[in-house]
Amino acid sequence: MSFPWANEYKPSHPLMQWLDEKLPLPRFVYNAIGAGYPVPRNLSYWYNFGVLAGVCLVLQIITGVVLAMHYAADSTVAFNSTEHIMRDVNWGWMLRYMHANGASAFFVVIYVHIFRGFLFGSYKAPREMIWLLGVVIFLLMMATAFMGYVLPWGQMSFWGAQVITGLFSAIPIVGDALHTWLLGGFAPGQAALNRFFSLHFLLPFVIVGAVILHIWALHIPGSTNPTGVEVKSESDTVPFHPYYTAKDGFGLGVFLLVYCAIVYFAPNMLGHPDNYIPANPMQTPAEIVPEWYFWPFYAILRSFTFDFFFIPAKLMGVMAMFASILVWFFLPWLDTSPVRSTKYRPLLRKFIWFGLLPCVIVLGYCGGSPAHEPFVMAAQIATAYYFLHFLVILPVVSLIERPEPLPFSITESVLGKDEHAVLGQGN
Amino acid sequence: MADEATIDAPGTESGEGVRRRDFINVAAVSTAGVGGLFVLYPLISQMAPSADVLAQSTTEVDISSIVEGSGIVAVFRSQPLFVRKLTAKEISEADAVKLSDLRDPQTLEQRTKAGKKEWLITMGVCTHLGCVPQGITPEQNRGEYGGYFCPCHGSQYDTAARIRKGPAPRNLDVPEYAFKSDTVVKVG
Amino acid sequence: MVRILGPFIGLFFALGALWAFANGAIADAPVLAQYGHFTAPTAETVFHKEPEALRLQSDGPFGTWNKEQLQRGFAVYDNVCKACHSLSHVSFRDLEQIGYSEAEVKAIAKTYQVPHYNAATGEVATADGKPTDHFPPVVYAGQGSPPDLSLITKAREGGAAYVHSLLTGYADQAGYKNDKGQELLKMFPDIKTPDGLHFNPYFANLNIAMPPPLTDDAVTYSDGTKATVDQEAQDVAAFLTWTAEPSLVKRHQVGWAVLGFLLFATVLAYMSKRTIWAEKEH
Repeated sequence: MSFPWANEYKPSHPLMQWLDEKLPLPRFVYNAIGAGYPVPRNLSYWYNFGVLAGVCLVLQIITGVVLAMHYAADSTVAFNSTEHIMRDVNWGWMLRYMHANGASAFFVVIYVHIFRGFLFGSYKAPREMIWLLGVVIFLLMMATAFMGYVLPWGQMSFWGAQVITGLFSAIPIVGDALHTWLLGGFAPGQAALNRFFSLHFLLPFVIVGAVILHIWALHIPGSTNPTGVEVKSESDTVPFHPYYTAKDGFGLGVFLLVYCAIVYFAPNMLGHPDNYIPANPMQTPAEIVPEWYFWPFYAILRSFTFDFFFIPAKLMGVMAMFASILVWFFLPWLDTSPVRSTKYRPLLRKFIWFGLLPCVIVLGYCGGSPAHEPFVMAAQIATAYYFLHFLVILPVVSLIERPEPLPFSITESVLGKDEHAVLGQGN
Repeated sequence: MADEATIDAPGTESGEGVRRRDFINVAAVSTAGVGGLFVLYPLISQMAPSADVLAQSTTEVDISSIVEGSGIVAVFRSQPLFVRKLTAKEISEADAVKLSDLRDPQTLEQRTKAGKKEWLITMGVCTHLGCVPQGITPEQNRGEYGGYFCPCHGSQYDTAARIRKGPAPRNLDVPEYAFKSDTVVKVG
Repeated sequence: MVRILGPFIGLFFALGALWAFANGAIADAPVLAQYGHFTAPTAETVFHKEPEALRLQSDGPFGTWNKEQLQRGFAVYDNVCKACHSLSHVSFRDLEQIGYSEAEVKAIAKTYQVPHYNAATGEVATADGKPTDHFPPVVYAGQGSPPDLSLITKAREGGAAYVHSLLTGYADQAGYKNDKGQELLKMFPDIKTPDGLHFNPYFANLNIAMPPPLTDDAVTYSDGTKATVDQEAQDVAAFLTWTAEPSLVKRHQVGWAVLGFLLFATVLAYMSKRTIWAEKEH
């Protein structure tokens, strides 16, 4: 499905014609990310991050498969095998640092990608399915990243596994049984490590599948754009190739520069020193901190320090943490505004830039800090705002807000005029 | 806008400009390709033996306990290494064979160290498909030629560990080694 | 349905968080009023010291190994640390990377007794170390088990600087004052270092089980450098930086090549993008 003016794939070489008849894979690629996919001409650099996320996924799968050739998922030797990779395997240090920092890079990219969605209303009809699949991908990524962090079997690996699986024990009645079942024991051990390795290897390929669905769903309505105005005519679009392949190529270069600077010059900047201490079930580290990309959610978890009516604080925290992501699933229906982009929604724009963004930064900072004051109190305020933002402010604002006037079309917003606009008014 | 060519050549452009643009695009794509090749190198190299494996490439074997007519199986590069002390009869049997009868012509002298003809040191890896042949001790099946017998596909080796019958193409390989003393051999 | 339930769920979680905030504020208010701080000060929060800066040749993106210093640092490990601390991720053969010859490595390895499992007898027997062996485990019959040192500079906040400060930072607890002039035993008279522990403000809880390990001339350096406690501490900190990350210098070198290439490729990609978009307003 595409716009009627999309370029058609016309192979000239006989071999490509033959292939097109038997298995039209080149046609598929041409229509998906080639010249056959018309894309709004006004996409900003915010829109580079989808392709970058795809690159990160490929990067993680390649380095991950290679590391799995040397890693041993056995609780007695896992830590040593990681050091074996760092010291003895040819280029092992580089591959491991690429993989460990690649996870961080992936989350940076995905957070910008999601924020882009908030800014430009990418979740709104008719693109609900793209958004829902995106949230599923994000959840899969979190599970994969968490299990990957357990594999080196350092102190933070072990205690992270202990704490995160412990979340499930908050569930009434079945919680403890579920917790034991997840770990295959009463504490993280050989069984847990081995199943985490298996799932850590499997889930990225599930993510690939979800990404394919995500892109498929994207190609039905086509991409959004910063104005939020739908494509009306051919002059609103350019073919993906070469316009956006070139732009994405440049974006990829900038991304790789930053990423490689960290991999080669500060590879442990985002890690925790305690994970270079082998796992010791008898000794908890002074403070348990998850990887930075979980900090906002970890802060929400820790914000519930007192029982709320009859609900125990622990359960409240776990529910809130899961709810903080699950709420994203309902965004397309919570936001009822007819206008898509916050470029023309002055009130919501202010709430996002001066409410949601600082709120998430505060949550992230508090989640990475020790669990004492003032961090807990700051996180509690931010948590309250977080839920109010999505569940109260967003629906109310979309009812009462007076949007600014929209351009007639993408072309008009770019050129200041669009001959179709005249025709449109004439009709 | 049917394809790249028309995008790069709007009507008003001079030929010069078009060529310069093509050059930049070709250069950018080629550079990306070169980068891809650089990335391949560590990905391929990581599968080669790691530093600890390479460091294991020499082994010292104590041969003081070996009695004539028998031998021991040592480990060299994670593979079996046959160290066998030949009897005078076995030596003369090996010497009696005409080189022209052999698939892989070598004398016992060429396969042992000077003055240490009784010490037959070979890899315990059949040159056919890599099984471990039998016959290092007299109790095992030594085959028709009194050397080694590979049970997998029936290759038969003589008392100089030369292939005499069966599918194996070569004699059992002799690794690099040296006598450090009368009782210690350094292999590799 | 979503629009009706959503705000209630939002209010539920928001009020839950604010409820916890209010309860916490009530609980914390007296502490805040008394100390001007959310938690009551403890000996650790007032007297723990961050490591002093340490400059090593391997620091920074252009850092390289100072092999003389690494060898001196190894001498400190070999003469002092190894009595209690293992170095289990390092192999003797790795010492060739800091400038020892093959023969020297062999000789060093021989001075260590490495346990091997003998499949024939089913026993573990020790034998002279070989270059391919790792440094042996240290069986320590004291209280607690001293940490392995292979990764210590990556496993501690502050890294090499921490190692150096800790080794040189032992102090007499009686009359000890911090930089602000506060005296420990006047502020916290109950915090006496227990017997068997040693006062060291760079250690997280101020009391460390390790007695001061270094003394002047604890080692004799073969390059003639004078072995003061500070020199020994610097050298062993440098050596442990290497044991934690032997690939550090190579990583920097590869990194510069990669960044250079990427910069070139990115500039080209930008020019390419410019030419392709030249005719297209966007």
